[in-house]
Amino acid sequence: MNQIVEFIDQNLEMIYILILAVFIGVELIKNIPAVLHTPLMSGANALSGVVIVGAILVMLRADPNNFIALALGFIAVVLGIINVVGGFAVTNRMLQMFKKKRK
Amino acid sequence: MSITLSIIYLIATITFVIGLKMLGHPETAKRGNLIAASGMGIAIIGTIFLHDLEVPMFIYALIGAAILIGAIIGWLIAIKVEMTKMPELVSLFNGFGGASAALIGIVEFGNIMGETSKAITIIAAIVIGSITFSGSLIAWAKLNGMMWKDIRLPKYNLINNLYFIGLLLFAAYIVWTNADSNVIVYLLLIAALVYGVLFVIPIGGADMPVVISLLNSLTGIAAAITGILYGNMVMLVGGILVGSAGLILTFAMCTAMNRSLANVIFGAFGGEEAVAAGAGKTQGTVKKTNPSDAAVLMNYSDKVIIVPGYGLAVAQAQHVIHELEELLTKKGVEVSYAIHPVAGRMPGHMNVLLAESNVDYDKLIDMDDINPQFKNTDVVLVVGANDVVNPAAHNDPSSPIYGMPILDVENAKSIIINKRSMNPGYAGIQNELFFNQKTSMLFGDAKEALTKLLQELKNM
Repeated sequence: MNQIVEFIDQNLEMIYILILAVFIGVELIKNIPAVLHTPLMSGANALSGVVIVGAILVMLRADPNNFIALALGFIAVVLGIINVVGGFAVTNRMLQMFKKKRK
Repeated sequence: MSITLSIIYLIATITFVIGLKMLGHPETAKRGNLIAASGMGIAIIGTIFLHDLEVPMFIYALIGAAILIGAIIGWLIAIKVEMTKMPELVSLFNGFGGASAALIGIVEFGNIMGETSKAITIIAAIVIGSITFSGSLIAWAKLNGMMWKDIRLPKYNLINNLYFIGLLLFAAYIVWTNADSNVIVYLLLIAALVYGVLFVIPIGGADMPVVISLLNSLTGIAAAITGILYGNMVMLVGGILVGSAGLILTFAMCTAMNRSLANVIFGAFGGEEAVAAGAGKTQGTVKKTNPSDAAVLMNYSDKVIIVPGYGLAVAQAQHVIHELEELLTKKGVEVSYAIHPVAGRMPGHMNVLLAESNVDYDKLIDMDDINPQFKNTDVVLVVGANDVVNPAAHNDPSSPIYGMPILDVENAKSIIINKRSMNPGYAGIQNELFFNQKTSMLFGDAKEALTKLLQELKNM
């Protein structure tokens, strides 16, 4: 139990933000037309690539002699950026098609 | 952290919220995507350069190389992929995001020996990230047809749930005991990867989009947890937005199929019971037609509704159907498309596919708006769709799709169904609509059959 209490105590501010963000996410997505579900899913997927920030931090903070940490961090950055760039690019490609005929 | 970086993160967070909001409206969606993307861009650049750590040059070079390699790969995949493969792609990218989170957890575990409050977030990131990674890869393989058969161990629900509880206990044990051996954390990684496989493998191919959406939401949560670890707001908010939005989207998809999430995950959809339930209905005769008869029928009608399904896209017949639609319109026939919420491989997929071949936005009519129109419709042309027009959803309580909202095509005066053969659809359920008196079957590959149909129409 101690660990959990300690965790909450140290991250209280974060937990507030987390809970509020949950509600914002729900409100933002509610009542979205089915037409946009596929681009939305792919756009949200790109957003979840924000994990790359953590991957970069791993590399920046790694001990230069810690080969394993650097290698794992490297892979994490590559995978994360694929998620980000690929996700946004493909969402853009999809939405472009919708736009074309709405002249 | 420098104040500049904090401000950059703040701006990035705001772009995520606004971007996601704008993605929800057809007019603003494209701009919303770009806004969120630029927010992500500044967050990444800021993270690399605005910190007060002493970092040797070669690490910068490594980060630069990793970003360059990944960005090129991601970009190439995004511009090359076929639109029919969209669910596979989202699944694959999502798996990468999950893997990234799990790797971060593994490295950080080595750095924090003993700090329990951090151990909770790290262990959670490893578990959720690995489940998403292996689960997404299985979903990807299934959608690609590499694993057509759904593998179900006997009592797989019981096994999976027990395994999951075991996994949670193992994770709790590591946090509890302040375990600091790397071996134990690699064991946890493997155990979580195995659970991802166990979790997705029994779920039917038709339900994959729901699973992908759920896994997408999980990646967001993994990113948010990593954000707590670093006290990083942009990761926390960005991740949670995806987490909660993904969950809402998952429920929306379930509603469209009239299933509960529990039913998708634990129910054996398309399994043996389903086949048995449909088996009794296969009696009756099927009326065949040919392109020229079908063309005559359509030529002399006032109103035609096209029901496109995934089969249309697989046969690459979107362009032909668009030509057909234009020709009929020119001949004075009123033509529209009936779009079921789950047409294609995921909600909204069919809209993307038809948009790709320049079909007019206004001609794509949602299920609720088009269903009352079927009774005034002369001809319904069903191409490559099956389950979304199966009347069993209305009148066969034993059918696995019973209760799913469908397109009421049987109310139309006549129905032409293009299919390659009499094989049941993706969900493996027989369709009594094929045996309806008003129905005639136009067998053949969608592209070939429609091209012939188009030719006949041109000659009239």
